[in-house]
Parts: sequence; structure tokens; C-alpha cells
Amino acid sequence: MPYIPHTDREREAMLEAIGVKTVDELFADVPAQMRFPRLHLPEPLSEIEALNELRELSEANLETLHTTCFLGAGAYNHFIPSAVQHILLRGEFYTAYTPYQPEICQGTLQAIFEYQSLIAQLTGMEVANASHYDGATATAEAVILALNQVRHRKKIVLSPGLHPQYREVVRTYMQGVDVEIGGDEAPANLQELQERSRADSLASRVDEATALVIAPYPTFLGEVEDLAPLAESVHRKGALLAVVANPIALGLLKPPGEMGADVACGEGQPLGIPLSFGGPYLGFFATRQAFVHKMSGRLVGQTQDTEGRRGYVLTLSAREQHIKRARASSNICTNQGLMALAAAVYLSQMGKQGLRRVAELCYHRAHYAAERLSQVAGFSLASRGPFFHEFVLRCPRPVAEINRFLLDEWGILGGYDLGRDFPGLQGHMLVAVTELNTREDIDSLVTALSELPEKGGLK
Amino acid sequence: MTEPLVYEISVPGREGVALPKTDVPESELPTGLLRADLPLPELSEGDVVRHFVHLSQRNYAVDTGFYPLGSCTMKYNPKVDEDAARLPGFAFSHPLQDPSFSQGNLALMYELQEWLKEISGMAGVSLQPSAGAHGEFTGVMMMRAYHRSRGDNRRTKILIPDSAHGTNPASTTMAGLQVVELPSDGRGNLDLQALRAICDETVAGLMLTNPNTLGLFDENLEEIARCLHQCGALLYGDGANLNALLGILRPGDCGFDVLHFNLHKTFATPHGGGGPGSGPVGVAKSLIDFLPAPIVEITAPGDQEGPPVYGFATPSKSIGRVKAFHGNFGVLVRAYIYIRMQGARGLREVANHAVLNANYLRTRLRETYHVPYDRLCKHEFVVEGKWEQAPGIRALDISKRLMDFGFHPPTNYFPLIVPEALMIEPTETESKQTLDAFADALLKIAEEARTQPELLTGAPHTAPVSRLDEVRAAKELVLCCRPVSPGADDEAA
Repeated sequence: MPYIPHTDREREAMLEAIGVKTVDELFADVPAQMRFPRLHLPEPLSEIEALNELRELSEANLETLHTTCFLGAGAYNHFIPSAVQHILLRGEFYTAYTPYQPEICQGTLQAIFEYQSLIAQLTGMEVANASHYDGATATAEAVILALNQVRHRKKIVLSPGLHPQYREVVRTYMQGVDVEIGGDEAPANLQELQERSRADSLASRVDEATALVIAPYPTFLGEVEDLAPLAESVHRKGALLAVVANPIALGLLKPPGEMGADVACGEGQPLGIPLSFGGPYLGFFATRQAFVHKMSGRLVGQTQDTEGRRGYVLTLSAREQHIKRARASSNICTNQGLMALAAAVYLSQMGKQGLRRVAELCYHRAHYAAERLSQVAGFSLASRGPFFHEFVLRCPRPVAEINRFLLDEWGILGGYDLGRDFPGLQGHMLVAVTELNTREDIDSLVTALSELPEKGGLK
Repeated sequence: MTEPLVYEISVPGREGVALPKTDVPESELPTGLLRADLPLPELSEGDVVRHFVHLSQRNYAVDTGFYPLGSCTMKYNPKVDEDAARLPGFAFSHPLQDPSFSQGNLALMYELQEWLKEISGMAGVSLQPSAGAHGEFTGVMMMRAYHRSRGDNRRTKILIPDSAHGTNPASTTMAGLQVVELPSDGRGNLDLQALRAICDETVAGLMLTNPNTLGLFDENLEEIARCLHQCGALLYGDGANLNALLGILRPGDCGFDVLHFNLHKTFATPHGGGGPGSGPVGVAKSLIDFLPAPIVEITAPGDQEGPPVYGFATPSKSIGRVKAFHGNFGVLVRAYIYIRMQGARGLREVANHAVLNANYLRTRLRETYHVPYDRLCKHEFVVEGKWEQAPGIRALDISKRLMDFGFHPPTNYFPLIVPEALMIEPTETESKQTLDAFADALLKIAEEARTQPELLTGAPHTAPVSRLDEVRAAKELVLCCRPVSPGADDEAA
């Protein structure tokens, strides 16, 4: 057996040392009538056979290496420099545990410290933690922070423009907590969704009972606006503002910290993490230093060893479950360490100029696509105001039909069908454009949609 | 020698990646919304790679040596798992693409759900939770929802043994339920009398880790389940220690109503320096409808012509989503290939050897280190790291000294019910030679504790840094470095 090194002889010697005759005797305390069940699992495969089976399963999926992808909606098809995966495949990183013994975990600890620093700089916030599971759970943790920080307030205002799955996760997390969540009631149509996602509309929902307002940046529809006035009015009412940001957009746009956000969180997947059918991703979370004791999640701090050399340790662990148990700020233990490393390598390599360049490419190509697509007969641009790299295209036919045609005839993975989440938004497609979509790709999409057959002509 | 921070090796004007030119007409940027400065470092690709490789060299890992961290199951992570997870159809498929174009992914998830059900004896499984603690939270929320759906709103207490992982009480609190701690008895089992005394109509359930964190199989398991079910409460299983039970006992057969798995422990997916993990939850039949969405189902059965069609489904009384999309899919791929290569016999061998290794180590150490509940253990055991003859020595000193012998220390100071606890879990993938070398090191350290205690209290002597000042870290709270710039007052800059 490749992963179990024991020979028969060694096994015998070990059993003898223990003082038992057989391995089965080691399980004498397990209830006899249920002991050693027969498990009905497929016969084991060799490495060759197993990898072949996995290859077959893999090939039964559509993937973005061989398909032009205009699908985003919270998971984005970005370029990942080769160096990122090479660093992630260092066994010293990926086969280590949470760095509980700092003297021999300085690699992980310093990498997380650098990740925290890079996220703090990117979001314009003072501190960042070592990660959450994903953007949705990071958003839910922002609610927990707010309820602990702003005591005796029980109202959370969610923008209806926040990712639908994030809104759902926030509600799941809050099922056992006495809190009122509102602001995101189902809109009748696109215009209402856009109106109610706007900062002034959100501000009007805030009152003396509000603990937190959660605003996306950009919205699920891709639209951006300056949230500084919202922050100001939220603070005037004594509440906090969490901004759920797209980290690539922050390569170009004003960071949440500069606009007065109290929490900046979101999905770090665009920072060097493959789509991987939805996970593992990276929940990033940054806030003000003053809130750090109420923030959940692992934190790495800088310190010194006995000889005065700089070093790093997990710190403020008095907030955490293994110390405080039932009174911990969260139950989080294992997080997304390796994904945080990916983001740290990605941000270091992209750097000041690279990330800006990626953001600009996304922006210009998305705007080019929006303009060209809105000229196709029957299609029109439904986004209002500035958007980053995603926009809403009003379509003459159900989005599912169009997407089927695009894939079957053109090998193009079309945009997201907004009707899936918003019954009032049937016939609206959310199109995402990244630096991986060339002008040629966009022109193909334009041509494809121009050649969309008449109703009935679709399969 | 310390490795500088990325910001410290940054040189203005340097670039790390070649990006395409803009091939479309440039649109006007939203002037009022632009950021003035993007304070990221400026490095070449070579700078970046060398920096992170240097950092990797300052890490201890399963790939570099023995990692007997109790309750963490630091077993060897097969390399083929990494190749599998990086196959393009897995790594580059979009979570929102139509399920009809993701049939390979869905088939994999479906099979994994089925296998976890078979291994555990549970009736339903959701692969959504991202980690063990996330699975616990999900499980407790389901227990809560189950009781409430029956109009049983008075059940607000979750019973938790004093030997439990800290995540159990923390997850309970997050779910809005009340924690009641139960003591252990003299054999390291849950105290049955205390359980009987508290079981009533206000108890929602008990969270039991079995084998527990002492590495002991609870000898009263059947009675515990009976007690709870008689009062209408549910039994939750913390699957952190499932490695000891593969092919030995199916929790679903002995009364567990909910169980979370740690794929990153039991099924050999790597820990990644603190994640990503994956914490699927399994449930008994009565709780199937409460599973978090989505789960994978067969929507059209297969036949000679073709395979079945798979789709996502939301259980009728689902507690909802606990994360976006479908779980830590890349981790699921690794667990899938691991189970596929083990089969039923292989999994049984995993448990056999994990338990054999732990008992062998315990036997080698028990004369020198006090084992508080000294009976046959399962996959791990706990010793006390202190001796009357070495008054200044603590478990921490022993741990740090182990580093000088080239080993990762065991889990320290846990479980809380053992003073100066050292919790040792060797896993099945370690050889007798490694175990002997580790035991020899611990015996030598015990001797040093009496003869040269300063070797312990000053340890580690060979690590990249010596002991770090944790008090200073918490007091000064330097949590990030700032870019080097004139006037920066941060000492990390």
C-alpha cells in the first residue's frame, strides 16, 4: 500500500510491543454487533486507473480554457501568472498545518502577514485578517462584527444589489440571532433593483436601530458609485458600513477605506485563484484597527524572538474558539490559508502597475463590449451610470435560449441569466468581460448575437 | 537570518508580469471614482518567486517531516490528488455554468456524497461546508431547525463534554443556542450520570467527539445515544477523529443523527497551512430535508445508452446556503481520488494502522510520560508533559525541544482536562522507524528535563527563530506593514 509503510514483520513487532495478538484486539471497546461493517464501495483503483477515471470526469465538463467565457456573477475568469501555482505546489506550504508553533512556521506566518498587508493596502483599510471561507461568509462575518461592535442595535440593511447568494448566506448565519434583515426585498423590475441599490436609497433605510449597512462595490449588476456620501450618512446615524468589493476593481477604483467604510470584505477568487467550479475561494476581510478585537478569524502579528530578530505569530487568539470557546467572536478555525497565499503571490507579482493594468483592460474591454452589443438589433444596454467589468444586456429572447445557441453554435459561454435570481428580470443577461476576453472574442459574441435565429429557429 | 517583507524588496518601476496591450478603443474612466495611488509592491517575477521560496524554506510540513499534531490528522497527502484537482475540467469550470455542461463535476460530487454516506452510515450528505467548524455550525443549525419544525421551541441547550474541541461551543453560540458543559468520568468517557441528570425537554442535542480528544472510544456510546433519543434530543458527531473509525464503526449505525467530516483530515486532502479544508455534513433520515442547499441528485437515471443526468436540488426544509456556490470543490476532487484508490479494504487499513501506530507510541512512552487515562487508545493519545523531578519544565518546553530533534510538536495544552497536555496523533502513514525516532527523542528529552533543563527552556536552538514574544505581538499589534515612504512611522516599514 503506497501510503502505509508497514511491513508484516514490523506490524508483528509493534503488536507484540503493545501486548496484543491482532490489530482487531485494538478495537475491543467498539460495540461488537456494529463492529467492522462491510462497506460497499467500488473496488480500489491503481493510480493509473484512478487518474484516467478522473480525466474522463474532468473532460465531461465545459471549461474556460477552450471556451470563450462571458460568465461572471461572483466568480471570474482571470489570468493567473504561472508563478502562483508553482508557489502553491511547494509542499512546505501546502502540507503544513495552521501555524500553531511559530518557530517552525515562519514561512506561513510571514506570508499571511504579507497577505494581510496587501489586502489592507488594496482596500485602503487599517487591518485585514488571515481569511474567511469565501466572499459570502466574509460578508456574514461583517454582520457578526457589527452586532458585537454596535451594541443594542438589531437591524441590518442589505443592498438588493448584493450578490443573491451572499444575501442568502447572511440570512442562514443569522437564523439563531435576534436580528432584523431588510432592504433587499425582491424588486419588480430592473429599474427598481437599480434604484434601490443606489447609495441614497440605502441611506434612507438607515435609522437609530441600524447596526450595519452592506453595500456592494460594484453591485451584482456591475455598477459603481461613490459610497462616501453613504458612509457619511450611515455614520451620522451611528451605524457601520460594510463594503463588499471586487478586488480587481480596486486596482482602478477608490478603495472602500478612502470612502469611509468600516469593513471592506469580499471574494478574493479573482486574485490568482482558479474558478474550480466555485471553490476553494478566499473571503477577504479588512476593517479599522479599533474594531480588531471584535473581528473574527486568524490574525498574524509581528514580534521579536529572544534575540531581537523579527518574527511573526498568531495573535489576539483570546478572541478565538480554542481559547474562549462559547464566548469566542466566531467558530472559525481552518480558513483558506493556501488561497490567501495565492492572493499574496498574485498581488506581489501583479504589483502596483500590473493590477492597475488588469483593471483597465477589464474596464475598457467591458465598455467596448457593452457598446458593440447594444448596437445589435434587439439588444440594448440596461446598465445605468458607470460600471466596471460587468453590465446588463437586455435581450429579445430568454437568456437560457440565447446561451444554448451561443454554446452550441459558437462555443461561447454566455452571461448570467438574471432571471434565475430575480423573477422581474427575465430576459436580462449579466455579461462579464475580463483581460482574458480579447477584442476578437468580443467581436465574435457580437457577430453571434447578430445571427441569432428568429424565434423558433433555436434548438 | 530573516527574510525581508515583499514591500522591503520593492523597487519603484519594476514589473512582474507581461500583460497584453489594449486592443479596443479606450473608454473614458469614471474620474470621480479613480484611486489616486495603488500601494502595491513592485517586483520582477524572479524576485517574487525567490521571496516565496525562501519563505517556504522557513516552514515545517508533512512533506518535510513527522507532524504528530493531535486531532489534526496530519497524514501524507498523495501527489496524484494535486494533479487530479488541477485537471482543466475541474480547475477551469465556472460554478454557474449550466449543470448540463458540468456533468463530470456533478457526477463526482454525487459519488462522493454516496461514498461518505456508505462510510458513515448516514442517510444524506451535503458537501457545502468549507471546514470542520463550518460543518459544525451547519449541523447545529439543522438540529435547531429540526426541533423548531416540530414546534419544539424550548430546546435551546446543546450539551458539550469538557474534552470537546473549542469549535463545538463556539459553533453552538453562533447558532444562538446555549452551551452546557458535561464532565468526563474516571475512564475518560462522558459522565453518564451527569448526562442522565440533565436530559430533558430543553436539550436540543449533544455534540460528541468519538473517539474523543483523549483518543479514547467512549465505552457508553450506545447508552448515550439512548439517553438523548429518549428525551427527544439529537446526537451530533464531531468527525474530526473519524480516521480511527474507517471500516471499524459507522456512526450512523449507533445513533448519530448528524456528523461532520473533515476531508482535510480523514481523506488526506492537504491542510494548506490553515485551509482550505472541507467539512461535509451527514444526517440521519429524519434530518435529510434540512440539509444546506444545494445537494446533487440524479435527475434522470442512466441506462445502456448513457450515464445518469445529475442536477442540483434544494431539500424541502433546507436551512439555506452556508456559502456561495457548491462547496470547496477542488478539495472534493482530492477526497474523491483518495477514496477511489483506497476502496473499502484500504480505508479499513487506514484505521487499523492509525490505531496501531498510536498504541505503539503510547506503549513506548507510558513508562516515562504519565498517560492519564491509560487504556487502549484509538488514533491518538494524550500524555502529561511534566515531572515532579523537573519542576521548571512544561509541555511547551518539551514541544520546543522536539523541534531541535527535527520533529513537529504534538498539540499542546489540549484537551483542557489534562494538565500540561501533549496530544499525539501519528497517523497511519508513518513508519515504525519514524515512530521509534520520535519516541527516542521524547525519552531523551525527558532525561534532559532532569539533567539539563536549560536545553528545554531555551529551545528551540536550531529553528529559523528562537521563541517569539507573543505578549509583545498582542500588545503592540503590528498587523500589517506599510509601504516604505517618507514619514512612515510604522516600524515594520
